[in-house]
Amino acid sequence: MQDPALFEYVLRLSDDSLILGQRLGEWCGHGPILEEDIALTNISLDLIGQAISLYDFAAELEGAGRNHDQLAYLRFENEYKNVLLVEQPNGDFAMTILRQFFFDAFRLPLYEALMQSPVEQLAAIAAKSVKETRYHLKHTSEWVIRMGDGTDESHQRAQAAIDHLWRYTNELFYEDAHDRTLQAAGLVPKMAAIQTKWTDTVTAVLNEATLAIPTNNWKFEGGREGRHSEHMGYILSDLQYMQRAYPNMEW
Amino acid sequence: MVTAVEIRQFLQEVSDPEIPVLTIIDLGVVQEIYLQDETWTVELTPTYSGCPAMQQIEADILVKLQEKGISNAKVKHILSPAWTTDWISEEGRQKLRLYGIAPPVNEPDKSALFSEPPRVACPKCNSKDTRMVSLFGSTACKAQYQCNQCLEPFDYFKCLK
Repeated sequence: MQDPALFEYVLRLSDDSLILGQRLGEWCGHGPILEEDIALTNISLDLIGQAISLYDFAAELEGAGRNHDQLAYLRFENEYKNVLLVEQPNGDFAMTILRQFFFDAFRLPLYEALMQSPVEQLAAIAAKSVKETRYHLKHTSEWVIRMGDGTDESHQRAQAAIDHLWRYTNELFYEDAHDRTLQAAGLVPKMAAIQTKWTDTVTAVLNEATLAIPTNNWKFEGGREGRHSEHMGYILSDLQYMQRAYPNMEW
Repeated sequence: MVTAVEIRQFLQEVSDPEIPVLTIIDLGVVQEIYLQDETWTVELTPTYSGCPAMQQIEADILVKLQEKGISNAKVKHILSPAWTTDWISEEGRQKLRLYGIAPPVNEPDKSALFSEPPRVACPKCNSKDTRMVSLFGSTACKAQYQCNQCLEPFDYFKCLK
């Protein structure tokens, strides 16, 4: 492999998209209202579409003859590098929307920065995905405001979701030697810059929503190193079932 | 010997599987068409990353060209530059309107936060007194609207820039 750092970086982006897309797909047929059922599955479809482009690129970088299906479906749990946030259970509607909002507020500035990357394929995927992500963030931020500034019940549920998910948000800005190698070469943005933008977005929306920003800074991480929460195995058993039963099957 | 111009004309007969009133040329997803190493390559830009219609469009292109006696063809997916709704032709916009789908309006505000939904004219009665029901619709490219005047529920082809 020519560039293990870039492969790892692209794989992390892919895994975040795939696992969150899979989680949102669980809402299909279970949305609180029809429009929202459609919205969540649309966002799921965008994320899985982005994951396909990203896995294709990762496979090309790896140069081991694997394709996107093999990367998506035929790895072991500790080989997935998604953040813990995206694998957390859907919970109630507030939990799903807040998880998505925290993710979108991170992905939008990340894609905007990656559009400037000299890695052409990465810049192209970012330019394509940024437009979709803008719609996702618009949708989730509106829901956060509607729930926070809504009824007592919706406010309380939104606040509970924030308080629960907050511990997973810091991992979005995780950096290790791979990231620093790529940053030093000017290929990817520094996470501190993305975190500043994330904090601005989250603060603005939560303030508008009359929701409180947690002061408890207890942090969980491990996903980027392949150490996942107990939920990951259940996701994979669903996600991988067909490929494990019929390896390399195609539709 | 067939030419790229002729191939583009043949592709006028391939419609979008989800919005059959539009051809893939109207939609603006076909980019360069060229002959290389005795194979015709048709460049295709996806509308949305996860749009399932893209695979169908690829298959339909190959079938259409086969029908026209061109068997040495392939479809190449390209991401850059990314597709935008600006590439939908004027004719395509007219067709969408007649079909009951409001075509994309020019939205100058690209901010994700705190922006009003775009003002979209009803494709039935042309009133601009409409409301957005949901930002997401029956396909990745559409939002759901309703006209406050004639009460028609309609699809709006979202502006993607």
